Amino acid sequence: MNRRISFDIKTLIPSLSAALALILHLSIPNSRKYLQKPLPYFTTALIITIFVTLALAVVSLFNDRLRKKYSYKSWFIGASILFLNLLNLATIKIMLLQSIYFPSPDRILKVFVDDWQFMLKCLGYSIRLLSTGYVIGAVAGITTGILVGWSKKWSYWINPLIKIIGPIPPTAWVPIALVSFPTTFASSVFLISLAVWFPTTVLTSSGISNVQNSYFEVSSTLGANTVQKIFKVALPAAMPSIFIGIFNGTSASFITLMTAEMLGVKFGIGWYINWQREMLSYANVYAGLIIIAITFSLIITLMFRIRDWVLSWQKGVIKW
Amino acid sequence: MVETKTGKITVSNVRKTFTQPDGQQVVALDQVNAHIEPGEFICLIGPSGCGKSTFLRLLAGLISPDEGELLLDGSPIVGAGYERGLVFQDPTLFPWLTVYENVAFGLKVRNTYKEKKDEVPEFINLVGLKGFEKAYPHQLSGGMAQRAALARALVNHPKVLLLDEPFGALDAFTRMNMQDELIKILQQRGTTAIMVTHDVDEAIYLSDRIFVMTPRPAKIESIIRVEIGRPRDRDLPDFLKLRARILQILNFAGKREDIQYYL
Ligand SMILES: Nc1ncnc2c1ncn2[C@@H]1O[C@H](COP(=O)(O)OP(=O)(O)OP(=O)(O)O)[C@@H](O)[C@H]1O
Ligand SMILES: [Mg+2]
Repeated sequence: MNRRISFDIKTLIPSLSAALALILHLSIPNSRKYLQKPLPYFTTALIITIFVTLALAVVSLFNDRLRKKYSYKSWFIGASILFLNLLNLATIKIMLLQSIYFPSPDRILKVFVDDWQFMLKCLGYSIRLLSTGYVIGAVAGITTGILVGWSKKWSYWINPLIKIIGPIPPTAWVPIALVSFPTTFASSVFLISLAVWFPTTVLTSSGISNVQNSYFEVSSTLGANTVQKIFKVALPAAMPSIFIGIFNGTSASFITLMTAEMLGVKFGIGWYINWQREMLSYANVYAGLIIIAITFSLIITLMFRIRDWVLSWQKGVIKW
Repeated sequence: MVETKTGKITVSNVRKTFTQPDGQQVVALDQVNAHIEPGEFICLIGPSGCGKSTFLRLLAGLISPDEGELLLDGSPIVGAGYERGLVFQDPTLFPWLTVYENVAFGLKVRNTYKEKKDEVPEFINLVGLKGFEKAYPHQLSGGMAQRAALARALVNHPKVLLLDEPFGALDAFTRMNMQDELIKILQQRGTTAIMVTHDVDEAIYLSDRIFVMTPRPAKIESIIRVEIGRPRDRDLPDFLKLRARILQILNFAGKREDIQYYL
């Protein structure tokens, strides 16, 4: 590999955007109506951003892959920084927005600096609740899905139940769940697993009943018994469909988690947002929302990775 | 030639009908009788739709006859089992398994993989797929998939091997190669084989006997014994004479039913 240096002007866009934000932030005085004392966080964050983006631009000189990726993303990164820049101007420089509901970037950053330990603890509670409910729901969903998709008898008894109970939004169960379980944690686990269970069951069973019969025929001429046909043929063949069910369940579980936390489960990140909202600390509310956004999108990305890995045999067969 | 005495098939008065979606009854096989000796190689030949695949599926135990019975070594064939391996007309490899895992499937489900795993690469080599062990079925050509399906059936050491046009997608050269490998391994093991083919030359080259089937009535029209010593030469006068005769039978059978689309 030859180490030729190559420069793409686009790799400078993020740094320029950050520099612009810094210049405006430092040169324009805060609005006279803005009474709180100035904070250093936005300045610090911008300086760090300038250094990081410049470092990326420098490494891009030597690394072809990074340069391609970074220059492709540069417009987006630059625009995001510009958005923060404008937000900063609108909040503390000219006070276009009501400062109590629309805090400046500085104040949101301050929340992360001051309150990160407590927020992390809240996030931990949320993740514990989500993963408990999620795992129970997914396992139960795949199990009932297999039973319904495989056996006529189970399908006869369970299918009508799925048809009637399934479409009820899980959050509609809140009143019943709250009184049926000893703790709010248990009732929230129930609600989340219900949210995951329904789409997983439906798509697992339809996936299994749509498996080409010839796969079962081949496997039986090769000596597979019924259990092996379920686990070595039906399940892998239905995997693409099962994943669609699990993905649908994931978004339903996020909604249910937030609802459950806003209704009574203590110390989750949804609870944190609700609590801060009641105290009118909107900077904390935004900080909570940012944490949720990052966490949920990480979870979704992780699930896509898992799916791509499990379904790697499909590459080039089906794209969705 | 016959070393083991297992793999004897008796088919008597078998009838199989299907109900089409419009409610119409189709007689796929009627009055079928056959006696196949252990280790024999039989080819089924006949026009499309005359019930060849149906006959194999009956022998595999995937479907059961409306009338009559099918016996393997004297006991009725009920349900599918590994002792009657079937290579499908369509390769039907499991798309979620690699070539290696597909071939190993039979050993794994029968819990014999540990002792016999050396045979997996052996059969992959035999069908000429060395280097493709890790490939997924969608990465194979049609002919490669057919060969993988053949390896998957062979690794199970069935008493009876049922083959539904296993070489349909192969080029002439690979095809002859596969025919030689197949006949060699089946003779070594004394496996009974029943193979559907549309290629008269292939039937003569491989078979001890050829069953010529006709549609309407869907039955075995005639049985031709191939009395040519092995290894066979496709250009010998005996070979060519037999070929002319079979074509004539097929032609005659076809004309009688006004069918022009045989072969
Ligand atoms: N599952 C089924 N349902 C309804 N009809 C069927 C079914 N299987 C086969 N048949 C009918 O039985 C007849 C024989 O079919 P079969 O598949 O055995 O033919 P074949 O000789 O293998 O033909 P080809 O050479 O084209 O493969 C056909 O008329 C077909 O329509
Ligand atoms: Mg057929």
